[in-house]
Amino acid sequence: MKLSGLEPLNINKASNFINIGERTNVTGSRKFLRLIKENQLDEALAVARDQVEGGAQIIDVNMDEGMLDGKKAMVEFLNLIASEPDISRVPIMVDSSKWEIIEAGLKCVQGKAVVNSISLKGGVEEFIKQAKLIKRYGAAVVVMAFDEDGQADNYKRRIEICERSYKLLVEEIKFPKEDIIFDPNIFPVATGIEEHRRNAIDFFEATKWIKRNLPGAKVSGGVSNVSFSFRGNQSVREAMHSAFLYHGIKNGMDMGIVNPAMLEVYEEIPKNLLERVEDVLLDRRDDSTERLLEFAEDFVGTQKTREKDLSWREQVVAKRIEYSLVKGITDFIEEDAEEARVLATKTIEVIEGPLMDGMNVVGDLFGSGKMFLPQVVKSARVMKKAVAYLTPFIEEEKEAHGESKKKGKILMATVKGDVHDIGKNIVGVVLACNNFEIIDLGVMVPMNKILDTAIEENVDAIGLSGLITPSLDEMIYVAQEMERRKLNTPLMIGGATTSRAHTAVKIFPEYSGIAVHVNDASRSVPIAQTLSSKSSHSGFKENLKIEYTKLRDGYLNNSSSKKYLKIEEARKNKLRLDFNSQNIKKPNFIGVKKMENIPLSEIVPFIDWTPFFMTWELHGKFPRILEDEVVGEAAKSLYQDAQDMLEELLVGNALTANAALGIFPANSIGDDISVNNGEFQFRTLRQQTQKAAIAKNIALGDFIAPLESGIQDYIGCFAVTAGLGIESLLEQYQKDHDDYKSIMIKALADRLAEGLAEMLHQKVRTEIWGYCPDENLKNDELIREKYLGIRPAPGYPACPDHLEKKTIFKLLSAETIGISLTDNLAMHPASSVSGYYLAHPESKYFGLGKIGKDQLEDYAKRKSISQEEAERWLRPSLNY
Amino acid sequence: MEENLLIREAKKRILILDGAMGTMIQAYKLGEKDYRSKRFENFESDLKGNNDLLSLTQPEIIKEIHSKYFAFGADLIETNTFNSNKISMADYGMEDLVYEINYESARIAKEVANEFTKKEPNKPRFVLGSIGPTTKTASLSPDVNNPGFRAVNFDQLAESYYEQAKALFHGGVDAFLVETIFDTLNAKAALFAISGLFEELGKEIPIMVSGTITDASGRTLSGQTAEAFLISMSHLPLFSIGFNCALGADQLRPYLQVISRESKFNISAHPNAGLPNAFGEYEQTPEEMAELIKEYLDLELINIIGGCCGTTPEHIQAIANVAKDYKPRQLMATKGN
Repeated sequence: MKLSGLEPLNINKASNFINIGERTNVTGSRKFLRLIKENQLDEALAVARDQVEGGAQIIDVNMDEGMLDGKKAMVEFLNLIASEPDISRVPIMVDSSKWEIIEAGLKCVQGKAVVNSISLKGGVEEFIKQAKLIKRYGAAVVVMAFDEDGQADNYKRRIEICERSYKLLVEEIKFPKEDIIFDPNIFPVATGIEEHRRNAIDFFEATKWIKRNLPGAKVSGGVSNVSFSFRGNQSVREAMHSAFLYHGIKNGMDMGIVNPAMLEVYEEIPKNLLERVEDVLLDRRDDSTERLLEFAEDFVGTQKTREKDLSWREQVVAKRIEYSLVKGITDFIEEDAEEARVLATKTIEVIEGPLMDGMNVVGDLFGSGKMFLPQVVKSARVMKKAVAYLTPFIEEEKEAHGESKKKGKILMATVKGDVHDIGKNIVGVVLACNNFEIIDLGVMVPMNKILDTAIEENVDAIGLSGLITPSLDEMIYVAQEMERRKLNTPLMIGGATTSRAHTAVKIFPEYSGIAVHVNDASRSVPIAQTLSSKSSHSGFKENLKIEYTKLRDGYLNNSSSKKYLKIEEARKNKLRLDFNSQNIKKPNFIGVKKMENIPLSEIVPFIDWTPFFMTWELHGKFPRILEDEVVGEAAKSLYQDAQDMLEELLVGNALTANAALGIFPANSIGDDISVNNGEFQFRTLRQQTQKAAIAKNIALGDFIAPLESGIQDYIGCFAVTAGLGIESLLEQYQKDHDDYKSIMIKALADRLAEGLAEMLHQKVRTEIWGYCPDENLKNDELIREKYLGIRPAPGYPACPDHLEKKTIFKLLSAETIGISLTDNLAMHPASSVSGYYLAHPESKYFGLGKIGKDQLEDYAKRKSISQEEAERWLRPSLNY
Repeated sequence: MEENLLIREAKKRILILDGAMGTMIQAYKLGEKDYRSKRFENFESDLKGNNDLLSLTQPEIIKEIHSKYFAFGADLIETNTFNSNKISMADYGMEDLVYEINYESARIAKEVANEFTKKEPNKPRFVLGSIGPTTKTASLSPDVNNPGFRAVNFDQLAESYYEQAKALFHGGVDAFLVETIFDTLNAKAALFAISGLFEELGKEIPIMVSGTITDASGRTLSGQTAEAFLISMSHLPLFSIGFNCALGADQLRPYLQVISRESKFNISAHPNAGLPNAFGEYEQTPEEMAELIKEYLDLELINIIGGCCGTTPEHIQAIANVAKDYKPRQLMATKGN
């Protein structure tokens, strides 16, 4: 079956269970109904978006409610969805019991949708007529097991109606077989009514029959119905849903309407509960309903009580180890490892057996989207702790050479000149969890060390990471060197500034081996797996080549279709602001100011948490992410851990935060900003792309009054860090094998540095410079950059030249507060921020875009550096 | 049922489609008076630029252009009806002429085709009823402040397409070509109208569908990827699916590769003669274009090939010359599960 939104959805034997989002359904979600009724369409769209981001592969839209004009609501909502590419990329399921609403919906979707549903309820004639139209509208269809006599409520009726419907569709009107989905009715079980006893098992058996006897047809259903009689008892419902799905899928169920937040992991359902649930579902005992009801009463447990529940400790040791790994619990792991060791003939078997088995479970759950990154990193912590405990025994047994069989050996490094390694460490942990051996060379690793080690260790792949833009070039050099040395080890590229496009255009063509971009940690596993098997290289490379060539062609076309102005013309179209006493405030303070040992507690309120979650690959806005249906629980627990660590940091003063800032008289001269009457020059770059009618070609210099205006203006700059002292903490964590904490501390230090920059900027606006003495903004308004004036940072879109950091550092003598610059101009410690302060009320953030050779030549001259050097630093911003 | 002649021919060889109509008409440097001729002397709105109207006012010129393409090697020509639908013709106040323009355009094209087939019976020539996208889109709002707004809806489009398809059919076209699809929902309305027409007539002719990938994003204007477009258009048994316009042959190739891999239908392409220069002119020479088309053929991507904006009979001749040495892409057995 093939469906589409803006993007294709292929459903075939290889695809797992298809998860249909059910939150945009007024009959199932009170919240959504309220939003639609109150015409809060933006929020209604957010519900749809969250579902898609949360992994729904199809979204069900239903507007059947007595108080609504269902047809109008359906058309309006689908039209709005069509304007949101991040929602409309998935296929729509047009859900209504009214044919006119279905038809109106089908007229709004360009992709191949699914109708939910039609049936023989209204007779053959109506059924055929509707199916014919659905075919002409180009949609797939859900057929309910329902006919003239009512809804099928036993096995025989289910298969009878489905077979009859199928024949009518396929034989009478040639409806494509693969576009038929049956819904053989999921009804509640354990209702106490005798006739309901076989509701679930009849569904399973009907499913199996349909898949065997009606070729091409698929099976779907609304899963939450099954647990209807346990409303209010979340734990039991979750267990029922997941047990139902487990058996449904085993019998051939292809898709279903499921709320992922109401789903326990099947393997994690407490055994005694599972047994009772399955007794009910499979109708295994006469008293199964009573037994489940009885049990359920004791099980009204909320999440909290479940955490305290130590009944899992009663299981066999292998199961306990698995539980600890999946749940990330370190408390018992050494004790359990010891017990397993005593039982095993060789210690290594504990690692190869229960520990690896447990990690495989984690890997599978992560791969199928049932666990999230922070949880996996916690699992790894448990694993490492166990391995550390066992290692001395292994050595003692002189079995060390019989190392556990690894899937492959991966070398990881952050390239020369770059100190950022959070992403690299996450990938390393995830790969290690998946049984790869990781050789981590750390940060600022020179090219030759990477390649020599790779050869020496005979690794299966090399992973390069970097965050700052010059690292992109460094990666190209590594690829070129590998080519020169005639290596063929595959190269994986990752890190925040890297991209599929950059790898495709700049790195892939340099190397005749494989160079592949790895978007995030979860992608790293399948790629590493493929790369570790030499036999799959050529096929992989072939596909990659097609993909990257397409990207490259696209990219090259794109860049050549943009029009660029000569730099003189761009300068003629500069931004001309008014400069006068109204908008230039003489600073309350001029000169350089240093602040050391800033209390972290003052910084905390300025933290923007959204990027913190992004670091952990949890996407969504803070604080909404904490309530997210899919990742909310993971986000909450991560947030709690972050708060705990912050608390520790505050108490222990373990990190030192320092800042330096300066404010100076300044005027612009051409594109330069002359500081302190010519003592220093900030060089700014001007946008050179041809603009629409009234848009200007901006440079940062435009925000400062020109010298010839005769008006005295001012500029500020700053450098802050919150990363001093992090090394000793990291050392400690390393000793404890605690990657989770070491990633956490780095992520927090980054947030603190950004928060400090935000805090300092506010102080500058309201006091130190004082151009907005009365400003009163809340943190979220700061995050949304509601303030006047800007603080752009060298290396970022408005001023991509990292070399400018040197000028800032010199002006502030930033080394004295503990920040230094590496060869490639990354700041050390990594959790540091530097930039300019521009105060003009109309100054704004912008992206430079690409510049031409003429500006580059001029710029190099102004900076008195060679053209080659300027090109090296500005490579990603050049249009040639 | 006897298999349609066009479908049979497509199995034997790569079929050559004609090139641009507009580019050819431009060369005649027609003025307002020529567009009007006697019949529309006093029509209230300006008519220069209403190329489809020339089928009524300058039928000899249109026939001459068709003849040229046939003479230079085309197997299939498109009727001069790209904009002949109620929605587009409203710009000229000519909604009432839609049926007549389509009917006449089909008739004169078929006349030319029959002449050529008669001369060369072993190379039968065909006429495709060109059905353009109309000037409005059903999936996008023209008003940025009101994303839920639509300037046209499915029913209006279906009605407009129905009228055009019916006139083309009665004028004698051998197949429909729903082309330059920038919004898949528009095209779905066209297919809905055509399938309704077939049901009513109790007769069918082949349907060809051709989308437009607007730029290097690899998507249609309405946002679909090539594969999603293919899936959204596959519910009728099409004669062919493909892409045309907006891109040159080299930029179009990756998207053709996608659908060629996935589709059970014939694959068509009629790219532009490269990308336009700063003055909106197409500069790719016939030889250059044929060289790029050769890559398609080497990759076995194609069953039907021709040209869109900027292409001339010389381009088509060069392409036909290359294509004659190649076999058409093999149709795979129906996919699906």
